[in-house]
Amino acid sequence: MTTYEPVIGLEIHTELLTKSKMFCGCSAAYSEAPAPNTLICPVCTALPGAMPVVNQKAVEQAILVGLALNCTINPMNQFARKNYFYPDLPKGYQISQYDLPVASDGWLEIPDDSGEGTQRVRVRRAHLEEDTAKLAHQGNSALVDFNRAGVPLLEIVSEPDMRTVEAALAYATKIRAILRYLGVNSGDMEKGVLRFEANVSVRPVGSQELRTRTEIKNLNSFRALTRASAYEIQRQTKIYETGGEVVQETLGWDDVRGVTVSQRSKEEAHDYRYFPEPDLPPLEISRLWVEEIKAQLPELPEAKSQRFVSVFGLTVKEAKLLTSEKALADYFEKAVSLSKSPAKIINNWITGEFLRYVNELGLDLDHLPVPAEHLAGLVDLVTGKIINDNSAKVVLKEMFETGQAPQAIVEAKNLAQISDEGYLEQVVAQILNDNPGAVASFLAGKETVLQFLMGQVARLTKGKADPQVARQLLMQALTKLKEN
Amino acid sequence: MSRTGMAIMSRCRWFLGKSSQMELHSLSIREAHELLSKKQVSSLELTTAALEHIRKTDLHIRAFVTVSDELALEQARLADERLRTGEGVTPLTGIPFAVKDCISTKNVRTTCSSKILENYVPQYNATVIDRLAEAGAVLVGKHNMDEFGMGSSCENSAFFNTHNPWDLERVPGGSSGGSAAAVAASMGVFALGEDTGGSVRMPAGFCNVTGLKPTYGRVPRYGLIALVSSFDCIGPMARDAWDCAAVLQAIAGQDRRDTTSLPAPVPDYVKGLEKPVKGLRLGVPKEYFQSGMEPGVESSIREAIHKFEELGMEVREVSLPHTKYGLPVYYLILFAEASANLARFDGARFGLSVTEGAENVIDMYLQTRREGFGPEVKRRIMLGAYVLSAGYYDAYYLKAQRVRTLLRRDFEAAFEQCDALVAPTCPTTAFKLGEKTDDPLTMYLSDIYVVSTNPAGVPALSVPCGFSNGMPVGMQLIGKHLSEDVLLQIGHAYQSVTDWHLKRPTVAK
Repeated sequence: MTTYEPVIGLEIHTELLTKSKMFCGCSAAYSEAPAPNTLICPVCTALPGAMPVVNQKAVEQAILVGLALNCTINPMNQFARKNYFYPDLPKGYQISQYDLPVASDGWLEIPDDSGEGTQRVRVRRAHLEEDTAKLAHQGNSALVDFNRAGVPLLEIVSEPDMRTVEAALAYATKIRAILRYLGVNSGDMEKGVLRFEANVSVRPVGSQELRTRTEIKNLNSFRALTRASAYEIQRQTKIYETGGEVVQETLGWDDVRGVTVSQRSKEEAHDYRYFPEPDLPPLEISRLWVEEIKAQLPELPEAKSQRFVSVFGLTVKEAKLLTSEKALADYFEKAVSLSKSPAKIINNWITGEFLRYVNELGLDLDHLPVPAEHLAGLVDLVTGKIINDNSAKVVLKEMFETGQAPQAIVEAKNLAQISDEGYLEQVVAQILNDNPGAVASFLAGKETVLQFLMGQVARLTKGKADPQVARQLLMQALTKLKEN
Repeated sequence: MSRTGMAIMSRCRWFLGKSSQMELHSLSIREAHELLSKKQVSSLELTTAALEHIRKTDLHIRAFVTVSDELALEQARLADERLRTGEGVTPLTGIPFAVKDCISTKNVRTTCSSKILENYVPQYNATVIDRLAEAGAVLVGKHNMDEFGMGSSCENSAFFNTHNPWDLERVPGGSSGGSAAAVAASMGVFALGEDTGGSVRMPAGFCNVTGLKPTYGRVPRYGLIALVSSFDCIGPMARDAWDCAAVLQAIAGQDRRDTTSLPAPVPDYVKGLEKPVKGLRLGVPKEYFQSGMEPGVESSIREAIHKFEELGMEVREVSLPHTKYGLPVYYLILFAEASANLARFDGARFGLSVTEGAENVIDMYLQTRREGFGPEVKRRIMLGAYVLSAGYYDAYYLKAQRVRTLLRRDFEAAFEQCDALVAPTCPTTAFKLGEKTDDPLTMYLSDIYVVSTNPAGVPALSVPCGFSNGMPVGMQLIGKHLSEDVLLQIGHAYQSVTDWHLKRPTVAK
């Protein structure tokens, strides 16, 4: 039986984080608008005679993204009209770019199927356009809110280079991370600032042909992207297996039923009748401008991750996790710079207990109750043997709950670790005295009893004993008994 | 008319009886400015006279879609205040004017002579309206036109026909027909027309008015309801070249809201008028003098050319070899751009909205556009969608854009040999109402001499140069990029030695 492999390409619509809209001076912060239709003007509501003016900041951000995705920045840009009728599109056309986009022919590296190496996904193009208005259906009619109309969008189009749903997810995740690194998108998927369209086809493994594809529109979360793609791969595979033909169509994703739904067939497809936007002269992007923007390009996940490996001695896997979000990487670096402890140990704390709390509490990495210096302090308390790991976990929990500094919590809860050998020797002596049976077992060769005796130490010291010292003293005492 | 109005009118007649044989409403900008500056007349008097003349005369001409009396009187009072203090007075301060109804005017209905905008009142002013208000001019109303500028006779107005003041049986030309007729009939001192493919010059020629189509981008388009975004030019229509220069002075110059407007500095057009034309080289494009021209038109043009020689200009024949492609290039690009420009008229946000019986939004679109647009508009929208559609784009739109480059090069080559071109504005004089309405192609042909300049973007001035069978003949002066000053200078020199532009139809009196 033939095995099929998916062929996936993604179109990612990202809103840009500019103050004003793409073609007028209205605020682009539509999600903070006081009421519908308050951030509007003759341009973004397409009153007769109104004309667009290109937002230079949006162009800059588009160039920034293009550079980050290893694209060529095209010196000559042209806006184009994409014509179709819909109530959310006030002009009856969307100003977009067609044959002369801002950026083209780039690539992005993602992990390969083995997870060991990397593979390149080619980026065909990235072009600027404007967002549409929002429709609110109300009984028999619909209301239009133009606050979002004209907000700058960058559409990033990949080549059909992904062969698994995981690869598509990795690509999308990485694009999101890069956009956030560049500060051009909040990555806030729930607000719809990032939307995916997946082009999916399947073909027999080994074949190089591109078969009929379907296009799944408006996927607003990673979950929807993976579920919809997986469903579509399965659906198309089944069609071929039963001797059918896949029909080229535009699909929607029904999240509740978990199925793709046909929206438009090829015959019903729009002819957008693109032509150059005559209200805007061609936009020239000079080399100099590109160089200026290049100089603003921040360190991107890839480079940062490599640096973390070489400078901090982290493993590739650790570094990738830390750099997956700029805020997390920044947090890590700040903590390292404020701490006397090795970076590796700080990494362990951040990627362990720390992230567990962040995820459990659903916290935003940009607004954490635990500043990096507090975490650095906590790790220093551990490495300085002031507190032991167990106490540290308790302290961290408290830090998340109260926002207090670790030193203060340790003091208040009297959690400082006991490393005093004289005191611990007494404790050990008492335990050996109280548990003759266990001691006998140990002497008989049952060394696992040591764990039980360590537990007794913890009980007696309320968990504050320095485990290393305690274990050493316990061993010494037991060895002595054995020798006797 | 109010009692005050009557009182002012009688005072005007008394005043004019003493100083001039002319009526107040028929003054030029230059004349009116002089009287205003000398405080011999007030803007309120001028404005009231204009409104009164419009009220009487427009019954026959029908040049106005809207007369904005109240606003006009208010602006006139403000102008008088400026004239009194002398602060910020320009040649246009206190002068009554009106504009083609495709130019947005805040709080004054702007219809494009279309049912779809019959009750549309803009919330903002076009840049040119702001600039004229700043100069102190007084807006008295909005002119009838061919619907959305699509036509050459004003007969495509959805509301009514405008009549040529020289012969009420004839058309005023189009699409700025209302503006040309109004200026010719002295209803307002000047007008702003809009020229997409001759729409200022052609009716100016038909009505014995001086009309300028500036270089593309010289005058900002913000607020102009677009027909063809890459052709549209707002331009002055007035009594003579001097007046056109004064109006252009006020409206030209870059606008940050229109990025297709040109950053080039604006020269002093009025001052430049007096420069001698002697030695300037005038090209006569041979392709513009071929068969089909009315004999009376040709003889008037030839006579004018002779006048230019007398003025010391060098006249030589030149060639614009791609002229025959002007009309198809013009229309193909027009169809394409217009089809998109008119997409926003969908009944959803402003203007006509026909929702009764609509099952869904598509029904609303269809019903609104079916009832709102006239047949010529529908024809052009459909042709536009066609020439842009997949499979036809290259053959029509793209090809037209390539030939457009050839048209532009024609002009560039010609201007290496001369400073301006002279040609007829129209092959005939004004035709009869109804004469060409059944045949859109014949109608398109009346624009044969005026359409090429718009794809090329160059400026052109239409100047009255004679009469043929009692109807005015217009002559076109075409210049290189941004040479409005030279065209106005030549026009002014011509008008200094001729009096065709001073002839007025009886209704203007």
